[in-house]
Order: sequence, then C-alpha cells, then structure tokens
Amino acid sequence: MRTTVSTEHAVSDERLEAELPAPPDALVQLLDPQGRRQSDPLYDPFVSDVSDDDLAALYEDMVVVRRIDVEATALQRQGQLGLWPPLLGQEAAQVGSARALRADDFVFSSYRENAVAYCRCVALPAIVEVWRGTAQSGWNPYDVNMATPQIVIGAQTLHAVGYAVGCRHDGVDTATVTYFGDGATTQGDVNEAMVFAASFGAPVVFFCQNNQWAISEPVGLQAQRPIAERAPGFGIPSIRVDGNDVLAVLAATRRALERAHRGDGPTFIEAVTYRMGPHTTSDDPSRYVDPVQKAEWAAKDPITRVEAYLRERGVLTEARAASVAAKADEVAAEFRAGCLALPNPAPLSVFEHVYAEPHAGLERQRAQQEAYLRSIGELEGGAE
Amino acid sequence: MTELTLAKAVNSGLRRALADDDRVVLLGEDIGRLGGVFRVTDGLQRDFGTDRVMDMPLAESGIIGMAIGLAYRGFRPVCEIQFDGFIYPAFDQIVAQVAKLHYRTRGAVRMPITIRVPFGGGIGAVEHHSESPEAYFAHTAGLRVVTCSTPQDAHTMIRQAIACDDPVLFFEPKRRYWTKGEVDDGATFPFDKARVVLEGTDVTIVAYGPLVATAIDAAIAASDDGVSIEVIDLRSLSPLDLETVEASVRKTGRLVITHEAAQFGGLGAEIAASITDRCFLHLEAAPVRVTGFDTPYPSARAEEHFLPDLDRILDGVDRALGRASSHSAALLEGAR
Repeated sequence: MRTTVSTEHAVSDERLEAELPAPPDALVQLLDPQGRRQSDPLYDPFVSDVSDDDLAALYEDMVVVRRIDVEATALQRQGQLGLWPPLLGQEAAQVGSARALRADDFVFSSYRENAVAYCRCVALPAIVEVWRGTAQSGWNPYDVNMATPQIVIGAQTLHAVGYAVGCRHDGVDTATVTYFGDGATTQGDVNEAMVFAASFGAPVVFFCQNNQWAISEPVGLQAQRPIAERAPGFGIPSIRVDGNDVLAVLAATRRALERAHRGDGPTFIEAVTYRMGPHTTSDDPSRYVDPVQKAEWAAKDPITRVEAYLRERGVLTEARAASVAAKADEVAAEFRAGCLALPNPAPLSVFEHVYAEPHAGLERQRAQQEAYLRSIGELEGGAE
Repeated sequence: MTELTLAKAVNSGLRRALADDDRVVLLGEDIGRLGGVFRVTDGLQRDFGTDRVMDMPLAESGIIGMAIGLAYRGFRPVCEIQFDGFIYPAFDQIVAQVAKLHYRTRGAVRMPITIRVPFGGGIGAVEHHSESPEAYFAHTAGLRVVTCSTPQDAHTMIRQAIACDDPVLFFEPKRRYWTKGEVDDGATFPFDKARVVLEGTDVTIVAYGPLVATAIDAAIAASDDGVSIEVIDLRSLSPLDLETVEASVRKTGRLVITHEAAQFGGLGAEIAASITDRCFLHLEAAPVRVTGFDTPYPSARAEEHFLPDLDRILDGVDRALGRASSHSAALLEGAR
C-alpha cells in the first residue's frame, strides 16, 4: 500500500481541479422579478407571437392553479384528502412549459405537476382522485396525452424515452416531455434515460424543475454544479431558465419542442425555481428551510412579476384582476365539490384491472372474498 | 414438425411473432449483431432490421423502462435480460411499474411486455449467472410468470406470451437450451395450464423449467423400483394450475415439489399449502419439497451440492412414501 503522495502528483491534482470550467451564470430570463421585460435575441423570437392578452391568460392559469393548491391544502387539513403535494412557487415553471405543448405531445410527469394536468384539461376531480384515495390514478392518459402521476422518483423519464422512440417508429413528429425534480437527477433511471435518449436520438424534452429541495435535502446534496450542465455530458443540449419567469419558460420549452418536432433529438431544460411550501402536506419545512433564503425567493414570485408587467402595460385593470380572482374561486369551488362527490370504491373493486386477461388464481380469491362479504351481509344483490 | 434445440425453438417463436405482428419489437443487450449471448435472437436483426430488434445500452432498468413507454405507445416489446442475476437493476420498473400500470390506470393502459430471462444453474457459470428469481415475480400481482421445459413449449409459449395483453416473465431454462425436440409450428394448448408429462399412480412430482427433465429421469428410475410416478410440468407459475395438481394428488395421495430456487417462501411452499388446503383428506403424507438450499447460489464446482438432482428427488419420493429416507435417518440420529 502506498503511504506517501509525491509532490508531483499533488501538483497535478490541483491543476485538474483548476481545469473545471467555471459554472456559467447564464439563466434565460425575459421578465425580471420586478416585471421588467428583458430582451434576449435568442429567445425573444420564440415568444414574439405572445400578445399581452396571451400573457394575461398565462397569468390567469397561474392564479387559478395557486388557488387550487390552497383549496387542496385546506381539503387535506379538513380530512378530505390523505395528502397533497403543493406546487406553490412553481406555477410559472409548470404553466409556461405546459402551455408550450401541442395537443398531441405526450407528458410523463411526477406527482407535483398538478398545474400541467390542469393545462392539459384534466377534469378537476380527476386531479384530486389519487390524493383523496379513491383510485391510484384519476384519468385515462390517452384522453389528455398525459400519463398519470408517477410517484417513484425518476421512473417516468424512461417511459418518456420509450414513448418517444415509439413515436419515431410510427413516423409521427409528436414530442414527449418528462417532468422531474432536482432530487430525481441523482436516480439511476434519469441518468439511464438520458443515455438512452441520446443514443436513440429520441424526441424527448427533459424538464427538470430544480425547486432546490428533495423533501429536506438541499439541491447541493444532489449536485455540486448546475444541473443543466450534466446533460451535455450525455450528448444532450441543455437550457437553464428562470423557472419563475413564465415567458422565459414558455420560450425555452418551445425551443426544445421545436427540436423534438423537427427530429433533432432530446433537449434538457433546468427550470430554476423554489418550492415555497412543504414537500407535501405531511412535511414540516420549518425544521430545515432557511427563512432568509425563502424570503429571497418570495421576492422572485412568478405571479407578482407578470402582474406588475401587465399593470404597467395597462392590460391588467382592477376589474380584470378581480375577474381572474373570481374565476379562481369558482374553479376552487368546483374542485372542492368534485372532490367531495368522488365515490368510495366498492369492496370488490380492489380485484379489478389487475390483469387484462383472466387470471385463475386471482379469480379464485375474488370469488372467496365475494362469498365472505355475502356471508357477513356486506354485499347486496350484484357483485359490486 | 422440425427438430430444434430449445434455444432455436425460442428463436423460431420470436421470428414468427415478429413476422405476424409489426408492433412486436425486441429489446436487449447484444441481441442484434451477436444474436444474444445464447444466440436465441440469432439472425432476427438481420431479417427484421434495427428498428424491430434493438441493441440496448447496458442498463436493465432502462430496457424495461423504455419498453413501458413503447407499450404505452401500443407496441408489444419483448425484452431480453441477459442473465437471471442481472434482472435486479430492473426490479423497480418490473414490480412497481410494469406490474401495476394496468391496475393504476383502471385498464386504460396495457402492458403487453414479455421479459425473457435465461434462468437456473447447471452450466458451471460464475456468480449471478445461475439464479432462479421466479418467486419474486410470482409474488407480484399484475405479472404472469411462465417457464418452458421443451422445445415445443418454448416455441409455442413465447408466442403466447407475446400475444398476451398482460406482462409475462418468460423464464428459459438455460441448461436445457441445447436439448433437442420436435417442434410443431401450429401446436396449441392453453397458456396457463400444467401438463401431465408422465402418468403414474403412487406419487406426484411437480416440477417446472430445468427440473422437468430431472423429474422424468427420477420417475423412470423409480419405476425400476416398482414405484409409479406422475410428473407434472407446471408451465405457468402465475397463475398456478392447481386443478391439474389437485386431480393428480387426489389419485396418488403423495406430493413432491421440486425447484432449483431456494425453499423459503418459494413456489413449493405455495403449492404445498394450496394442495393441502384443497385435498387434505386425500393426502397420505405431508407434501415434500426438494429444492435449492436457502443459501446464495454457490460457485461452479459446488453447484452439484446445491441443485436438486435425480437422487435427491428420489429421496424426496421415499419420504413421501414413508420409506427410509434422509429425513428418517436424521430423525433416528436425533433419537439416539
């Protein structure tokens, strides 16, 4: 065993560290936190068609999803939901990217993308079904071209690559977008997905919301360098965008989607944002979040800046703001009513859809359970 | 009818599936130009192209995860896991995703994925190349688990697995890859029914995969001794065809189950419990399990001390018959 390190080696190790390039500061931003439009010659063309009214529509989406989030948290506190993963602070990252998608583009998301589901026109009660516990998923993925929430961290990124390769086999120019967080970038599956996507030139957009936290673990535990820097090592071009800037996120996602639709392969987007709430309603961020850091991010709120911009432009009048707030309340009321109206599953429904074709062992077990339920008077008439 | 090795019979089944349905795609490591390390996919990439027979980057979770996306898109992926011991990196994608997606989506998304796994020992391999992980998957709701023991079954069952709308773990007994047998391209039989290989009246031996041939050898040896053995090849491990086993045990009253996999929590335990439940009063003796031990699979030169062989199966038959056996000897030893 070698016990001494020669000076020569020590010197060369220092040199190696020095060879690490400095992390770039560049962050695509089109609306700064004060709501001032920043020009960007590369990304401006991707949003040149976005009118003030279009931006007001994005503003409305963000206000509505934030309101849904508040309602869901209240429902959880009232015992109507088992759990809810708030997206507070991430409205721009989700709305901006989701509104860039074509109807035929397909989404594989994690469990926090409730705003993406909203933008994909998922029915409100369907969004909440998983969290109320009436089913393991709320919607038919083919109805809205969005898979139902994935709970295993990062697993969905591989599904996206497979779907994208399938689209290419089918000769269609559909893009596939997969959402995941900063924590997921440590998972083997996400790294495998990037290798597979690069090797097969899959038309995939990897959309990473770096919200700085994986439950209580700060992003520094997952990555020592900006996450967007990893992708080029896999042969995937990447964009680092201000995730609290809905216009910049829209532009960046459009650029990545354009590449996918054109057949130019995968793109990686790191949307730098901040999880302003808990990981889920079961979490207690007061145990680990630095209030100073949180206050800094509060000043970069995704909704405030669009509001400031639109007010400055005279588009967002008091009356219009009030009508947006009223719509958000309406949606929240519909969301609540839909949630409360979800029926509890029937006793024998647990046996349904385990297999697509009959499975003798399961059918035996189901028959036994049905007989048992009848014997205790829990089933009247039909099997359901 | 053509005489084929079991490996060639899987190959011809895959070839037919690829020709019959253009949604069938093959994914695996080294399955293209090389034709797989056991040559099971030999010539398929040449004949069906690189879009249908895809060499995969070296990550098992990636292979299964990508197959899930293809299945979402309406394809019928057939994945090769190169060796049994390499399936574990894909365990999450198989157990948490493939198995559950149909259930999770209330039937909206189907996962007609076939996962081919060369399994079992007996070829003198290094670590991780001789395992029998079937019980993990048979334990998982949403998966079907099957295994073949003859070239005919290999050919027919791989096509059935691919045609099935559920995910199927298809375990191929690698030490029997070179076994030859007649294959009838048009042969059909139910996908999830066991096969009575040999009829007999005194003892039922239930086997599957690589040990079916060993069980037949044991039955022939026992017949010299005047013992008539019925041999059942399970074929399907999930679901289990308990009806066929029950009918046999009602006749013989004695049951021996054999598999290479470890005993604890294995298929033998499930069959013993289920058959005891179904025909307790027809049993003349407690069901006997002759299995691999509850140890890791040993080194190549020790595998003969691990694998159930003809003599250990006959010892199990003696035990089921209440004759002098290793167990009665141990009991006597203890009494002394």
